[in-house]
Amino acid sequence: MTRLLKIVSCSSLRFFLQMRFLLLFSRQGKLRLQKWFTPLTDREKKKVIRDMMMLVLARPARSCNFLQWRDLKIVYKRYASLYFCAGLEDHDNELLALEVLHRYVELLDKYFGNVCELDIIFNFEKAYFILDEFLMEGEILETSKVAVGVSLEEADTLQETMEEYMSKPAY
Amino acid sequence: MSPSVPLQEMIRAIRSARTQCEERGVIQRECATIRAQFRQADNEGRSHNLAKLLYVHMLGYPAHFGQMECVRMIASPRYSEKRVGYLGAMMLLDEKQDASLLITNSIKNDLANSNQYVQSLALCTLACMGSAEMCRDLAPEINRLLRASNSYIKKKAALCAVHIVRKVQDLGELFAPSARCLLTEKNHGVLHGAVVLITELCECNPESLERFRKTVPDLVQIMKGLVISGYSPDHDVAGISDPFLQVRKCEIMKLILTKIDTNAFNLIYVFTIQVATNTDSTKTVGNAVLYETVLTVLDIKSESGLRVLAVNILGRFLLNNDRNIRYIAMISLQKIVGTDHNAVQRHRGTIVDCLKDQDASVKRRALELSLALVSASNIRSMMKELLSFLSSCPPELRSQTASGIFIAAERYAPSQRWHIDTILHVLTTAGGDVRDETVPNLIQLITNTSELHCYTVHKLYRALHNDISQQPLVQVACWCIGEYGDLLLRGECQEMEPVQVTEDDVLDVLEAVLQSHMSSPSTRGFALTATMKLSTRITENVDRIRSIVSIYGSCIDVELQQRAVEYNALFKKYDHMRYSTEWLGQRFLVFVCSTFSAGLSPPICGFPQVCDLLDLLGGSEPPLQSSPALGSTAPLPVGTAGTAGGDLLDLLGGLEPTAIMTVLLSVFSVAPTVSVYDKDGVTVTLSCEKQSDSGLSITLTASNSTDSDIRGFTLQAAVPKVCISASNKILAVHLKSSFSFQVNLKMRLRISYTSQGSAVQDTVQVDSFPGLGH
Repeated sequence: MTRLLKIVSCSSLRFFLQMRFLLLFSRQGKLRLQKWFTPLTDREKKKVIRDMMMLVLARPARSCNFLQWRDLKIVYKRYASLYFCAGLEDHDNELLALEVLHRYVELLDKYFGNVCELDIIFNFEKAYFILDEFLMEGEILETSKVAVGVSLEEADTLQETMEEYMSKPAY
Repeated sequence: MSPSVPLQEMIRAIRSARTQCEERGVIQRECATIRAQFRQADNEGRSHNLAKLLYVHMLGYPAHFGQMECVRMIASPRYSEKRVGYLGAMMLLDEKQDASLLITNSIKNDLANSNQYVQSLALCTLACMGSAEMCRDLAPEINRLLRASNSYIKKKAALCAVHIVRKVQDLGELFAPSARCLLTEKNHGVLHGAVVLITELCECNPESLERFRKTVPDLVQIMKGLVISGYSPDHDVAGISDPFLQVRKCEIMKLILTKIDTNAFNLIYVFTIQVATNTDSTKTVGNAVLYETVLTVLDIKSESGLRVLAVNILGRFLLNNDRNIRYIAMISLQKIVGTDHNAVQRHRGTIVDCLKDQDASVKRRALELSLALVSASNIRSMMKELLSFLSSCPPELRSQTASGIFIAAERYAPSQRWHIDTILHVLTTAGGDVRDETVPNLIQLITNTSELHCYTVHKLYRALHNDISQQPLVQVACWCIGEYGDLLLRGECQEMEPVQVTEDDVLDVLEAVLQSHMSSPSTRGFALTATMKLSTRITENVDRIRSIVSIYGSCIDVELQQRAVEYNALFKKYDHMRYSTEWLGQRFLVFVCSTFSAGLSPPICGFPQVCDLLDLLGGSEPPLQSSPALGSTAPLPVGTAGTAGGDLLDLLGGLEPTAIMTVLLSVFSVAPTVSVYDKDGVTVTLSCEKQSDSGLSITLTASNSTDSDIRGFTLQAAVPKVCISASNKILAVHLKSSFSFQVNLKMRLRISYTSQGSAVQDTVQVDSFPGLGH
């Protein structure tokens, strides 16, 4: 049984904010980003995505941002036309998860400059790279916005430098 | 950074497809191109192709043919290709795929790369999809990176180590020394990672706890550092200095206090007070930190002063305008309502107000918490709120509310009448959502409150008159009318305004239930049985009842048909017994045959095979045990159709409401009788008849003329070479004989019973048999 669905067998004390998954999808139910922090089969992933979309898109405006689904807490927030949806363990701090989602949006905004859904559609791989600088293994990796921005910039430069070096068209 | 033109063109093409079919066509064409290009050995646009494939994968289409390409790209020397290759690995490969093992070597090489961004790609991928074998292979590398690299890599390596430890707990030992060294770093990210790693190690590996005990001073140092570090524009969120790290502080504390050193409570005290007073709680992020602190306090075994502070903070959260804050306050209160009940009770008013919130999540939480807060002192006011909530709550919460109300009512009901009223209210409001065992439970409750029978039956009749669609209510009402129909017809009732109810009205209602398409088969069974029972309680409309019952003799439903046929038989064959007990002038209780266990009972006019003594209106006595052969779930009296066991049916004879159970006497025996046992009001008489030259028929009848019921009446008769015993669980329908057996000359009887609480056992020898020629 995968970790998503098994009963948490460690001690009842909670320890850290540990996300199970992070999904981004539009109001029409199109998936824009999916990040899984636990191993799941394809079928299970599809099921989770379907359920999340069904639950979150059905919520009226101005409702509470927290839901209960199976044994997980679901935290979601809508930014313009995109829903950011995270699945947490039962003992996690939901308010902090909201902050994490917000921080991710800020990072995207800083990188793309006034980010909108189209940016994330056409540059989805960049969205993943940004996420990988911010979260890892479901944990927060770097709390400083500046540091994340710097490492992204350098990595992009690295890419271009190598491209230029190889005289190939840029990515 | 310039975007990938081929990728963006494809995305545009897909988005401009107007139908699903068109989109599928575009994607299939693209996939075909991509597949063809993968097959070519050397290809310039490899990263573009893989990126396109990943986009297609995200839309939900199969993309497994890209797995090998990912492996190849990871091994490429170009950074752009590596980047996309690793991304593909994270998206397409997981630990169950065989191809994932192939990248182990590439990861190993990249971990040793001179460029930190290449290293970070490898670390990230390993942390995302590393299987147990991969982790085992690469753990030494990670360990090396933990010690000797820059802080950018160290923080990633720390979290990668966390992943490894979660996958393969034995490797925890390997990382413990390195983890310790990390605590001396200055970089926030590394400290973060270090704390997480140490926590994970302590979690998985209790032996390493000892080692980390020595790190307590270091951890305390970190905490102090965070506290006094002051304003840092890098890390702050809305004026709160690095909330994520503050949360880490809580975790360090919890780590120290629970795993390493359980005595450092002064730490948590100082810290909590400081956070509570200094954190700006007008912003969500401030509340996040406060919340974390509260949770920490509640999780570890802190002293009561701190707990009160924590509960007060939660109480302040409850008054917050933001729904999210109220929601989480209720979740936390739910967790501690068991242990700190009084503290939570203080906020009961606010919680009950949250029942009226618009939001479904908040309502659910408020409901759970309200149900947990019900106690004997606030039962009446809480029940009012809960009942009004039930009438307006969303459908998915109704059954939870109804069962919560039942449990609370059962536990804390201030009076029987209130209890019955509450249950009736729930049945009328949300009858469709209650659980199945509600019906027998309610019947049991009604039976036990004999003083309210009149009130109950009137109330139920009125409810039934208004609405016959709620099945549990209809079932209970039918049962009650059948059972106490005479009370209903009598018309007077102290507790309600009198309403004249005629026999026709009652039969009309029952007939309506029988014929309504909304009634389920079991409800019809109840109604039919009730109709039949009324035949003994009413005087004028017996014919009408007979006709109703005989209609169902040809009903499609087998259960109903069987009942109807048997009832009909009763009408035909045993009509003379209907009022037989009246002229005796004593109070009698009539025996009941249980014949309606589904499908296996003999007709009632046959010999009583499985029958039970019936306590119909027990009054102050609790009901008898039902026969185990019937398999009823509870000691139920008359007319419960819902359970799998049979029905006990009061068929024969009028019954005074205050009748006490007695044993039926034999009144029609014509053979000479002799009394063989007479003690304390219990008599056994014997009469015999010569059946044939070699046989004799003996009839023993027992009677009870005391004021209390006789329980556990057992009669055993022993004759030479023949010993027959029978227990009281047999009911006699025939007035003449309970048992018949052959007998020779002598007989010894053993009689045992319980009367007025004391057990009596007697043995009697019978030597002479009247009516016998020899």
